[in-house]
Amino acid sequence: MENRNMKAWLYLLPAILFLGFFLVYPLVDVFIYSFEEGYNSASQTYFGVGTYNYSYVLHDPYFLQAVKNTFILVIFTVPISTAIALLISVGLTSIKPLKELFQTIYFLPYVTNTLAVGLVFMILFKKTPYTDGLANLIIGFFGGNSVDFIDGPYWAKMFVLCFYTIWVVLPFKILILTSALASVNEQFYNAAKVDGTSKWRIFTKITIPMISPMLFYLIITGFIGAFKAYSDAVALFGTDLNAAEMNTIVGYVYDMLYGNSGGYPSYASAAAIILFVIVLTITCINLLVSKKHVHYA
Amino acid sequence: MKVVLKDLTKKFPNRNKKIRDEVIAVSNFNIEIPDGKLIGLLGPSGCGKSTALNLLCGLQKPTSGQIFFGEDDVTNLPAENRGVGMVFQNYALYPHLTVQQNIIFPLENLKGAQKLTKEQMAAKAYEAAKLVQIEELMDRKPNELSGGQQQRVAIARALVKMPRLLLMDEPLSNLDARLRLQTREEIRRIQRETKITTIFVTHDQEEAMSISDLIVVMKEGVIHQVGKPQEVYDNPVNLFVAKFLGTPPINVFAGEVKDGKLFIGKEAVLSVKGVADKKVYVGIRPEGFVLDENGALSCMLDEVEVMGRDITVVSRHEALDGVEIRSIISADNKVEAKDGIVKFSLKPHKVHLFDQETEERIYFES
Repeated sequence: MENRNMKAWLYLLPAILFLGFFLVYPLVDVFIYSFEEGYNSASQTYFGVGTYNYSYVLHDPYFLQAVKNTFILVIFTVPISTAIALLISVGLTSIKPLKELFQTIYFLPYVTNTLAVGLVFMILFKKTPYTDGLANLIIGFFGGNSVDFIDGPYWAKMFVLCFYTIWVVLPFKILILTSALASVNEQFYNAAKVDGTSKWRIFTKITIPMISPMLFYLIITGFIGAFKAYSDAVALFGTDLNAAEMNTIVGYVYDMLYGNSGGYPSYASAAAIILFVIVLTITCINLLVSKKHVHYA
Repeated sequence: MKVVLKDLTKKFPNRNKKIRDEVIAVSNFNIEIPDGKLIGLLGPSGCGKSTALNLLCGLQKPTSGQIFFGEDDVTNLPAENRGVGMVFQNYALYPHLTVQQNIIFPLENLKGAQKLTKEQMAAKAYEAAKLVQIEELMDRKPNELSGGQQQRVAIARALVKMPRLLLMDEPLSNLDARLRLQTREEIRRIQRETKITTIFVTHDQEEAMSISDLIVVMKEGVIHQVGKPQEVYDNPVNLFVAKFLGTPPINVFAGEVKDGKLFIGKEAVLSVKGVADKKVYVGIRPEGFVLDENGALSCMLDEVEVMGRDITVVSRHEALDGVEIRSIISADNKVEAKDGIVKFSLKPHKVHLFDQETEERIYFES
C-alpha cells in the first residue's frame, strides 16, 4: 500500500513542482506583497506592513471605474453570449444542408487574432474625419444621429466592448454546445414526441437539462474569462484605458505595474487579490446554484 | 381500438448512393389487429419489426399505404397527436427526472379540456405506478433503479395517459433470464387489466408464443403468417415459420415423396396420401418422435440428455439439414440403442412437408 502511494506521489511530482513554482508560490507572494506598504521590487524594501494598499486601491476612482466596467461586462456578456450560442447551436443541429459550412463559419472568429479583430471593430465603429464608420452608416440609414463609439459617450464605448466580447467568445461556446446537443440520445426526443410534447417543452424540459453540465461549464468559464478581460479593451480603445474610462480590473493591475502610472507593485498586488476574492465568491455562488439545476448523468 | 394496416410499405434509400436499390423495411402490410388483444410482432433481427412499430407510432412516415386507428385514418397524423403509448427498447427514461416526474411527463402535455390539476396528475401517476408495482420508488431517479424496475417505469409512463394503443419495442431484451419470465407475465397481466390493444416486437419466439393472443411472423419486411400462437406452431405455412417457432427448433430433413410414401434417406417413414412425387423438406417437431424398436426412421445415437420430466435424445442422420436431431420423449421411456442406432416412428401431425423450391407447405393426409 505504502509503495503504491509513493508511486502515485512520484507521478504527481512534475505537476506539483510546476504548479508550486508558477502558481502557488506567486499567489502567496502576491498575497504578501499586498500587505507590504510601498514595496519596491528593485531594492526589495518596504516601509511597513498593513492594509493601506487595500485602502488606497479601494478609494482610487480609477479602480472603482475598472470594477464597474468589469461587472457591467460580466453581467451583460456572459448570459447574452451563452444564450446566443445556444440558439445558434440548436439551429446548427437542426439544419441539414451546408451544416459543415455554417459550423466552419461560426468557428472562424476563434482562430482569428484578437488585435486584428479589434482593428476590424475600430473600422466598424470609429468615427474619423473621413467616415463615420459602418455602424453609424446603418444608424444614419434608419434616421438616427451618429454616435462616436470609440471616443464618444461611456454607454457607446461600453456597448462596443460588450458587443466585441460576445462576438469573440461565441465560437468556443457554439463548439461546446453543438457537441453537447449531438450527444443527447435521439430516443429521448422520440419518447417525448410520442407522448405529445411540444417543441418548446422538449427544449426546456429535456434538451436543457441534458446539456446542463456543459452549459454550466460555459457559464463558469465565461464568468472567469470576463472578469479577466483586458486585451479586448486594449484592442478597441488603446493602452490608455483609464483616460478612456474603459479600464478593467486586470487592466488596472497592469497599469499599476507597468503603465504610465506604473511602479506600484503593492497596489497592483492588492487589486489582484481583490479580483481573486471576487472571482472566488462568484464561482462559489455558481457552484451552489448549479447543485440544484445541473444534472450529471 | 382495432388497428388496420392497409398496403403499408416503407422503403429506405440505400446508404450506398451508387446502388439505386432501395431497402424495403416493411412491404405491403395488410393486417387487422383486433381490439383489446396482445399482439406479438415476431421475426429475426433486421426484418422490419421496429420500423413497423415506428410507422404505427408516427415517428416514421410510410412510403405508401394507410394506417387506421379504429375508423380514423392516422397515416399523416404526427406522432404527437396519435395518442399512442410507447415503451422503448432502452426505456428512454429521462435521467434528470424522478420516477414520478417521468410518469407525469405525458400528462403535463395535455392541453385544453384534457388539462389536469396537479392533484389529478399525481393520482393518475400513482395509479399507473401501482399497476406496475413501483409505487414505492416514486422519488428515485432512473439510475437508482434496476433494469426490471426501469422497465416498469417505462410501462407506467406509456400507460398513464391511457393510450388507445400501446407499443413495446423489444420490451424484455434488456432483462436477465429470470426477470424476463416474470416481466412477460406482468405484461400479460397489465394488458388484461387495462384491455389496451398492445403490440410488442420481439425476436424471441418463446416470448411471443407465451403471452400473445395473436402472433405476426415476419421476415425481410414481409408478413409470413398471422394467427394464434398454437395454430401457427401447429400449422406453419412455410419452412421459415416452421423453423422460427419452437425450442428446440424443428428438425429438417431432405426427403422425397414416392408413390404416396415419404422417404427419408432409404427408409419410408410415413404414408402421405395426395402428394405428387417430388423432393421435399421434411420438418419434424422434437415431440413428433416416438421411440419404437420397429420404427422406420433410424438415427445414430449421440447422447441422451435427461431433463427430469422428459428426455432429449440427440442423434444424427445423413439426410438431416442441420447438425443434430433433437427429439423430446417422455422420461418413462428407456433409450436403447443397438449398434449405436436408435429407431423412431413418427407422429403424423407433427410432421410437415415443404416444397424444396418454394419452401411452401405441402399438405397431406396420413
